[in-house]
Amino acid sequence: MAGITLTDVRKSYAGNQVIHGISTRIADGEFVVIVGPSGCGKSTLLRMVAGLEAITAGTIEIGGKVVNDLEPRARDIAMVFQNYALYPHMSVRENMAYGLKIARMSRSEIESRVARAAEMLELQPYLDRKPRALSGGQRQRVAMGRALVREPAALLLDEPLSNLDAKLRVQMRLQIKEMHLRTGQTTLYVTHDQVEAMTLADRLIVMNKGVAEQIATPLEVYERPASEFVAGFIGSPAMNILAVDSEAGTVTLPGGTRLPLSGLPRAGALHFGIRPEHLRLAQPGEAAIPVVLRSVERLGADAFGYGMVEDTDMAMVLRLPGTSPAARGDHIGVVPDMAHLHFFDPETGRRIEA
Amino acid sequence: MRRTVFPHKLLPWLLVAPQLAITLIFFYWPAAQAFRQSLLKEDAFGLKTSFVGLANFRKVLADPAYLNALQVTVIFSAMVAFLAMAIALFLAVQAEKVVRGKSFYRTLMIWPYAVAPAIAGMLWLFMFNPSFGTLAWPLRQMGIRWNPLLNADHAMMLVVAAATWKQISYNFLFFVAGLQAIPRSLLEAAAIDGASRRHAFWTIVFPLLAPTTFFLLVVNTVYALFDTFGIIHAVTGGGPGKATETLVYKVYNDGFVNLIMGDSAAQSVILMVIVIALTAFQFRFIERRVHYG
Repeated sequence: MAGITLTDVRKSYAGNQVIHGISTRIADGEFVVIVGPSGCGKSTLLRMVAGLEAITAGTIEIGGKVVNDLEPRARDIAMVFQNYALYPHMSVRENMAYGLKIARMSRSEIESRVARAAEMLELQPYLDRKPRALSGGQRQRVAMGRALVREPAALLLDEPLSNLDAKLRVQMRLQIKEMHLRTGQTTLYVTHDQVEAMTLADRLIVMNKGVAEQIATPLEVYERPASEFVAGFIGSPAMNILAVDSEAGTVTLPGGTRLPLSGLPRAGALHFGIRPEHLRLAQPGEAAIPVVLRSVERLGADAFGYGMVEDTDMAMVLRLPGTSPAARGDHIGVVPDMAHLHFFDPETGRRIEA
Repeated sequence: MRRTVFPHKLLPWLLVAPQLAITLIFFYWPAAQAFRQSLLKEDAFGLKTSFVGLANFRKVLADPAYLNALQVTVIFSAMVAFLAMAIALFLAVQAEKVVRGKSFYRTLMIWPYAVAPAIAGMLWLFMFNPSFGTLAWPLRQMGIRWNPLLNADHAMMLVVAAATWKQISYNFLFFVAGLQAIPRSLLEAAAIDGASRRHAFWTIVFPLLAPTTFFLLVVNTVYALFDTFGIIHAVTGGGPGKATETLVYKVYNDGFVNLIMGDSAAQSVILMVIVIALTAFQFRFIERRVHYG
């Protein structure tokens, strides 16, 4: 097992740069998730680590060895593909043993490794079946098994759960987490699903348009998003972002409402962010943001109120108790929790520290 | 698969009628004619016909010339089918790697298929004609006493080459389609699993191409047995001697040149049995090893 170091990694297709210099160190045994919307370059980055895409500039090291010019097979990695890429003409056992046979491992060693992986993934009853006789979840586990038996320096997963139904996805998510705790395998995991990203990762790389917007622990990303993009991408429903005008201790909302706020970073135009869960209904007479509710989604434990800041076209979402009587058309006042304010530069979108 | 239930009985029959009519008129009727004729004997002037039972078959099977034709056919067909498939597969794999001008390259590869067999035969004959052939000259310069008009082996090589060349396009087309149907991610998975390109080809690509290969095996066998008549007729006319006289060519020679209709009919019945048996064998024993995706 080994760590992975990316140094200013770039990728261009025919002069068109799609990955704009990403640097990070992934420690031995760390579970890092690359998350971002589709087209942000996350899969390309993973495929560059795997050796399936050439690296235009920068270096990638695996286990302290620069692998830029090495073939995938010389990189000591294993990968789980989004569509699993199981060899359709081979049984589950043969699928898992394929790489080991190529590595000229002894027959007994291959057998014991396959047996161990099959036990861990509960695949023993299916070892002699062909992939087409398996369900989606079972295929996914075979793909995991094929990667794990190799005991590679690094395990790469490319949206491994996106083809599963919601219930199975939750189950497999837990299983992957557990497996990582058990094997301590250095893992790089690509997903567009923020729940997978938040729950699995030791550290997140949030990508947007070929740039790593933030590289940090999930909680840090949630509590101190480095940019407006990250703030909007992580958290569900997304963070509310309002364009405001600030002066000493007060901001003016687009509708003209003035709201006293503590900890304003600077005067002038600002983007002010507040998560739906950090808003509450105002007490009578309290200074608040006036909102007209357009719909209320009830999820049981919670309800989400979707509305507009009065007299503006700015959307506002807030979390309400599940039993809240709020309804469409209500005029309410909402108050932000002062401990959870975020400010962003309207020009660059970067976070401004209070 | 979805089953369609027709409301009445007539429509389905009408729908398959054209296909049935074609099969009946162009296959069963001539086949029945050949079978009838194989049991008859006609005199030299076609004035008298008599029923002789299996005498024609006995005569044909005892004829050394027929056994020679059988041997020639086995060698010729095996070589044509194998070479046409092997070369086409090689070219298709190479064509996959072409990045720029891929469709241009493919179009060029498919052209030979549009050349009529007799014309293809003539082209090869001219190119390798011992006295004025463009390609015969360099062969002779290399010290090979090239003469397909006199040397039996050279004649065989020439017809095999011409027949193979003609069939490569067809096989190429199917192999290209077959290769494209193999998901790229499988090859990527194999590359990550440590397989070299060559190893991945033999363990992943080739097994997954099996349905295509099997189909082409059946088609190419039938091609080599029957459809190469035009090429042989144009290039060697079965000669020198009887060195390139295949079963089909002998059927033609005995029936339409020598006018021994009974013998010729008996030979075509035997040929039909051989092809049916061969195809049945291929489906029974080789198809078992084919994995359909």
